[in-house]
Amino acid sequence: MPQFSTVEYVIQRGAQSPLIFLYVVDTCLEEDDLQALKESLQMSLSLLPPDALVGLITFGRMVQVHELSCEGISKSYVFRGTKDLTAKQIQDMLGLTKPAVPVHPARPAQPQEHPSISSRFLQPIHKIDMNLTDLLGELQRDPWPVPQGKRPLRSTGVALSIAVGLLEGTFPNTGARIMLFIGGPPTQGPGMVVGDELKVPIRSWHDIEKDNARFMKKATKHYEMLANRAAANGHCIDIYACALDQTGLLEMKCCTNLTGGHMVMGDSFNTSLFKQTFQRIFSKDFNGNFRMAFGATLEVKTSRELKVAGAIGPCVSLNVKGPCVSENELGVGGTSQWKICGLDPTSTLGIYFEVVNQHNAPIPQGGRGAIQFVTHYQHSSTQRRIRVTTIARNWADAQSQLKHIEAAFDQEAAAVLMARLGVFRAESEEGPDVLRWLDRQLIRLCQKFGQYTKEDPASFRLSDSFSLYPQFMFHLRRSPFLQVFNNSPDESSYYRHHFARQDLTQSLIMIQPILYSYSFHGPPEPVLLDSSSILADRILLMDTFFQIVIYLGETIAQWQKAGYQDMPEYENFKHLLQAPLDDAQEILHARFPMPRYINTEHGGSQARFLLSKVNPSQTHNNLYAWGQETGAPILTDDVSLQVFMDHLKKLAVSSAC
Amino acid sequence: MNVNQSAPPVPPFGQPQPVYLGHHQSSYGGQPGSTTAPTSYGAYNGPVPGYQQTPPPGVSRAPPSSGAPPASTAQGPCGQTAYGQFGQGDVQNGPSSTVQMQRLPGYQPFGSAILAPVVSQPAVLQPYGPPPTSAQVTAQLAGMQISGTVAPASPPSGLGYGPPTSLASASGSFPNSGLYGSYPQGQAPPLGQAQGHPGTQPPQRSVPLQASSFTPPASGGPRMPSMTGPLLPGQSFGGLPVSQPNHVSSPAPQALPPGTQMTGPPGPPLPPMHSSQQPGYQLQQNGSFGPTRGPQSNYGSPYPGAAAFGSQPGPPQPLPAKRLDPDAIPSPIQVIEDDRNNRGSEPFVTGVRGQVPPLVTTNFLVKDQGNASPRYIRCTSYNIPCTSDMAKQAQVPLAAVIKPLARLPPEEASPYVVDHGESGPLRCNRCKAYMCPFMQFVEGGRRFQCCFCSCINDVPPQYFQHLDHTGKRVDACDRPELSLGSYEFLATVDYCKNNKFPSPPAFIFMIDVSYNAIRSGLVRLLCEELKSLLDFLPREGGAEESAIRVGFVTYNKVLHFYNVKSSLAQPQMMVVSDVGDMFVPLLDGFLVNVNESQAVITSLLDQIPEMFADTRETETVFAPVIQAGMEALKAAECAGKLFLFHTSLPIAEAPGKLKNRDDRKLINTDKEKTLFQPQTGAYQTLAKECVAQGCCVDLFLFPNQYVDVATLSVVPQLTGGSVYKYACFQVENDQERFLSDLRRDVQKVVGFDAVMRVRTSTGIRAVDFFGAFYMNNTTDVELAGLDGDKTVTVEFKHDDRLNEENGALLQCALLYTSCAGQRRLRIHNLALNCCTQLADLYRNCETDTLINYMAKFAYRGVLSSPVKTVRDTLITQCAQILACYRKNCASPSSAGQLILPECMKLLPVYLNCVLKSDVLQPGAEVTTDDRAYVRQLVTSMDVAETNVFFYPRLLPLTKSPIENTTEPPAVRASEERLSNGDIYLLENGLNLFLWVGASVQQGVVQSLFGVSSFSQITSGLSVLPVLDNLLSKKVQGLIDSLRAQRSRYMKLIVVKQEDKLETLFKHFLVEDKSLSGGASYVDFLCHMHKEIRQLLS
Repeated sequence: MPQFSTVEYVIQRGAQSPLIFLYVVDTCLEEDDLQALKESLQMSLSLLPPDALVGLITFGRMVQVHELSCEGISKSYVFRGTKDLTAKQIQDMLGLTKPAVPVHPARPAQPQEHPSISSRFLQPIHKIDMNLTDLLGELQRDPWPVPQGKRPLRSTGVALSIAVGLLEGTFPNTGARIMLFIGGPPTQGPGMVVGDELKVPIRSWHDIEKDNARFMKKATKHYEMLANRAAANGHCIDIYACALDQTGLLEMKCCTNLTGGHMVMGDSFNTSLFKQTFQRIFSKDFNGNFRMAFGATLEVKTSRELKVAGAIGPCVSLNVKGPCVSENELGVGGTSQWKICGLDPTSTLGIYFEVVNQHNAPIPQGGRGAIQFVTHYQHSSTQRRIRVTTIARNWADAQSQLKHIEAAFDQEAAAVLMARLGVFRAESEEGPDVLRWLDRQLIRLCQKFGQYTKEDPASFRLSDSFSLYPQFMFHLRRSPFLQVFNNSPDESSYYRHHFARQDLTQSLIMIQPILYSYSFHGPPEPVLLDSSSILADRILLMDTFFQIVIYLGETIAQWQKAGYQDMPEYENFKHLLQAPLDDAQEILHARFPMPRYINTEHGGSQARFLLSKVNPSQTHNNLYAWGQETGAPILTDDVSLQVFMDHLKKLAVSSAC
Repeated sequence: MNVNQSAPPVPPFGQPQPVYLGHHQSSYGGQPGSTTAPTSYGAYNGPVPGYQQTPPPGVSRAPPSSGAPPASTAQGPCGQTAYGQFGQGDVQNGPSSTVQMQRLPGYQPFGSAILAPVVSQPAVLQPYGPPPTSAQVTAQLAGMQISGTVAPASPPSGLGYGPPTSLASASGSFPNSGLYGSYPQGQAPPLGQAQGHPGTQPPQRSVPLQASSFTPPASGGPRMPSMTGPLLPGQSFGGLPVSQPNHVSSPAPQALPPGTQMTGPPGPPLPPMHSSQQPGYQLQQNGSFGPTRGPQSNYGSPYPGAAAFGSQPGPPQPLPAKRLDPDAIPSPIQVIEDDRNNRGSEPFVTGVRGQVPPLVTTNFLVKDQGNASPRYIRCTSYNIPCTSDMAKQAQVPLAAVIKPLARLPPEEASPYVVDHGESGPLRCNRCKAYMCPFMQFVEGGRRFQCCFCSCINDVPPQYFQHLDHTGKRVDACDRPELSLGSYEFLATVDYCKNNKFPSPPAFIFMIDVSYNAIRSGLVRLLCEELKSLLDFLPREGGAEESAIRVGFVTYNKVLHFYNVKSSLAQPQMMVVSDVGDMFVPLLDGFLVNVNESQAVITSLLDQIPEMFADTRETETVFAPVIQAGMEALKAAECAGKLFLFHTSLPIAEAPGKLKNRDDRKLINTDKEKTLFQPQTGAYQTLAKECVAQGCCVDLFLFPNQYVDVATLSVVPQLTGGSVYKYACFQVENDQERFLSDLRRDVQKVVGFDAVMRVRTSTGIRAVDFFGAFYMNNTTDVELAGLDGDKTVTVEFKHDDRLNEENGALLQCALLYTSCAGQRRLRIHNLALNCCTQLADLYRNCETDTLINYMAKFAYRGVLSSPVKTVRDTLITQCAQILACYRKNCASPSSAGQLILPECMKLLPVYLNCVLKSDVLQPGAEVTTDDRAYVRQLVTSMDVAETNVFFYPRLLPLTKSPIENTTEPPAVRASEERLSNGDIYLLENGLNLFLWVGASVQQGVVQSLFGVSSFSQITSGLSVLPVLDNLLSKKVQGLIDSLRAQRSRYMKLIVVKQEDKLETLFKHFLVEDKSLSGGASYVDFLCHMHKEIRQLLS
């Protein structure tokens, strides 16, 4: 079966463990938010397979671990929200540790068929469905009074720590999902991100640059530690943050990034954005299985000319050294195996290789290099599976066969992989440094593959397979993944999170959003992401992955205001208005997480989403120079693509570089 | 005397006695044979078979002792036995003098000091100078009478006493014969008038004060040995010889010895005396002395024979026979009876400064006319020496036992509440004393002079009132604060914590649900009871429902809080396992109104026993539990009380974790004190936090083994809480007691978050405080909670001169939050007299209060000093007090007589009870926990409680006719008072025993126990069957009424004579020698006498 490059094996060995969902719920919410969240949670229960284990931890000023096994009085274990507890302490306090002792000191009342104490906190949904639904229904807002001018005390750090500790003690090395719902920043205890004084705002990029974010480092360390522990045990952590202000995603991002969990950011739990996103997590495939997998390890094997330099994506290193591991690290390197605790069909890792030119073993001409990806994972049907993908590529000599290489260049993939590297670097380096590095890489590429006469920028040409690449880089440089201006630290973290895990197509959309135009002049068509595309008689639909923007041109907007669409004789106008809406729905339907859906028009405040993305070919600076009435000037000092390209050409042909 | 002292053996009493025994024995031995005296002894011996055995040893010793009277050492046992015998023998409580008399003789010979019947009345002493004595006595008596209460009764006794005392003296010091002669005189002097009159005699009955005097002068045979003597009849001979020698040496002695052995010789002389005197004595009858005196005289006669005694001797002989009674020594029963009869009928009006109130055992009404009722404050003395020198000389502690929230009988009105509105109570600007009846208004009422610090203050316009011609405010009678001794002010916001009026307090029930608690049935019982009990939370005035909120916690090694919010269908449990860093997991729904959350609470109480029914958790925590309660109150911003139901030593890993450190080997070592000290300082710290929050902790313990009460009770102790202990709790046996205590504890009115300050007029100052509270500085007594059973004992010291005219004033101000959350000030004022004459001091003392203070002082002392040191300190202090009296108020010259002030004549017997209490002298069966428990109980006991606790009441049930419904008169707590044909009830406030004699009539057994014979009575029975007959009803009624009088439920234990439980019972017969080595009353009296003599010499 050589035609199948990917084969999946089902492993029958080993005990199958049920899916585990541990809800960690913030109760410091507004009443309607909490109500909406409770409903979403209750809804989710109905989506779970009956044998899935569920657990519930709620937190506010205190952290409560609810015991679900009991009848009659509902019980919960309560923890102080300010105290960092070690895993052992948590397990002791929950009565989870009882290695040698056959007696169950804590509550021997538990039924005998559940030898594991964990059953008190994690129960099969079919057993406690009603109880849990009631429990959720009775959830109250955190009862501790919040004085004027203060934030509620929110013990997210401890709650998460307990959740991790609980699973660690009960289901180590078993796939499990911790779902953390937060309605604001952690304000006390380990992992606190901001104090409870409202007059002190949460850190901004400005504060961070000024080294003025006093809790950031400590909090980050706390969550990193948790993320690593969770990852080590194969548990993934989702964060659903819904608040108008920041919630500390910057500090918590590693929890999702390292464990393959989801990060969802919204304004309120009472929005369709959250509700549908959350619901989509539990969507099922044709076989009725969740589109999720757990506890995966990805192993990369290479033929000997290749070495693995690293991976970038929702994974952690398993630190498996081997002959195919490169000394040079790109992303998470130094290993040939990675752990991915949570997977879904879109999860993508960028993996970087190095070609080793061994002098005594030159690459055989005409030979092929092979790579095999072996992924062990727990399928949502609870089966263990192994998926093996093998690929082989021809070797080409960089000197003599440059054309081959040029022809085989996938500029989209290259753009995304470079972008991942850039984003990866941006997490730890200063923004400008990353941009310079990116520029340098681009210039070198152009120097290598461009056709030009030295010192003559006008002579510069790139072949078709490279033609879009600089443009991707241009948009990447302007993207929120590398630019923090106008974004909060949380937003940056959110964008980067998704960028580092989505597949190629989605990633490209993120780098360079897609713009469609709807007009009476013809069928809908993609148009340049350029200010010149913004015309009065058009409706534009922009998909940035995170946002879907429908923008009515000036004239269209006036027509709409005048109500032409409601007149039978202008039905075509009505259809025109409807077309982008339908298309948007289609995108919305498939996208995870739900994008922000923006319906705006010329001059609307939300038009900024569009204006910030398009290439500012016309700005207030050059408006008159162009002297055209086409397009809309963008009020920015950013360079346009044209300027960028001119500059690039100049540098590429310069011998100075 | 010296000799005695020298006696190394620990129990000073015991040792000395032996010597005596020797002597006495000899003498006694003689007695039996011959004269009356002997007979009397015989009688004693008879009753006490056991004792007789002892004598033999005594005998053997006797010889040596005789040789070296000083050696005193060995004798211990004998002496004791002897005493015991006395007790047994006699039938009567009252007069015991005779016995003493007899002994005396013995003593004298030996030179040992004899306790003359220590009778209160000095008169007795006089006897020495035979005829004259009487006169003197009388004189003294007269003096006594003047002083006080006893007056009527005493007079008669006085006569009686006279003789006895003389005897005493005689016995003591032979050399003394001369002395004796002198004594009488000496005594007389103190009395002042009387002395002169030796001749006069009888007149005085009054003299109660100094009554007894042992004369056994220092001479060789100081020991009371005489006492012992009596026992050894057989020995007597051996003794005799010895004694004789002594006698020889001192003429008087000889006479006595004869009395004993040689009854013959002495006898003769005595008889005459007797006859004459006896009659007189009998008439006199003080409680104790009555008849006995006669004998004394006898003694006297023998010795001094020549001298003063001569006269006395005569009479004794006849008497001796009867007198064998130990009744000659002061009898608590008699004193109590007398006080009851004399003072029980009239209300006690508090208008007059420095009045000594009736005894605590007397039922009386109080009319507040400006001084606080004795129910609130009792003092050791109502007449304070003017100078500190005098006070030091007398060594009488100046202390007040204050019970600020004492419950009053229904006939008496509780203090008026005065509301001065926003201006709050009027106070002195300088010393901050509150307005009281003693403040002097001057300048036509525009100003007032503070009676405490003399500062002149302006009267605020709204408080102004004109004065009448006597300088009193016209409205004095309308204002409680100007006319009453006790009243309350409503406090303003300035008196509240954080300047906020307090919220109503809360009760939190914290229940141990570990294996032990479940298994014993405690949890089920408790939960069941709480369901109904919660409807009876204390409420104020006519409030319809209590303002108090309640909360529930259960725990083993983790804590379970319960949300019982009324809106919930089911309670919710919240487990906190972070015991290392306790916190309260919920706010809303933890403390709730009982009525609103009735359904949820009931549901919770139903489920708690079920939830933990299968628990196997045996470890518990303790400190975190208290911490949790305290934090809960803090979170709710209110004061309150925690009810902790705890079963075991908290060994789970948590703050306040304890080790089992019980080690009986430490007893009687320097490290014994560690058994009373807390193991860790954690509890003190915790208690401090509790006090700051107004969190009072009541602890109910249900231990099956050592739980370290000393440590666990630290927090209750420092927060004004109570500790209840039910060892080996079994629902069937202990349910009644526990539930009764619980009901009472939950229902009783409590003040919260209290601060008490005692102010005094210039010249004295409160320097030391005893009780269940915490002190952050030297003046403010902080009480997280204070109920009507708790007392604070305050000791005063001079810091300047007082003067007789102004007297001394005390003002106790208690700021507290009532059950309804009202902030109030309760003020108690008391004015005392001051004196420049020591006699005035001694005449106005209150022994019960003194004992209360001394016990508390001693019980605190064991925390820092070896128990033996503490005991010695007590004895020394007591001796100093009595010696000072003797030296300054009684006849200064007579060394051989034991003279006790009338008001303090029970001091030795009571003090002995304190000394032999479990804390200070533990028996083998007393556990460390028991001792710590009792120690802390006593710390906050009031005078009435300490009185009965140290000297239990022993009530014969079958002596009086069945129809007689009044409480039968008590008998002295001694085995010899028990007749095996009767049934007795014994109570000490904590325990209740029903002792059944072996030969009780079958009919009685049938009607009381419903079984046909003695042998069928179940030993250890704790409930009497309810039978429809007069006797059964009467006994039940009596038991009920006894229980009603005490703050804790007394569990009944039926003890059969000769049963093994009887050992336990006998422990409470405090006049007898105890198994743990405690001296008998008589022995102790001898010892005390010896000590006094030593001090005097």
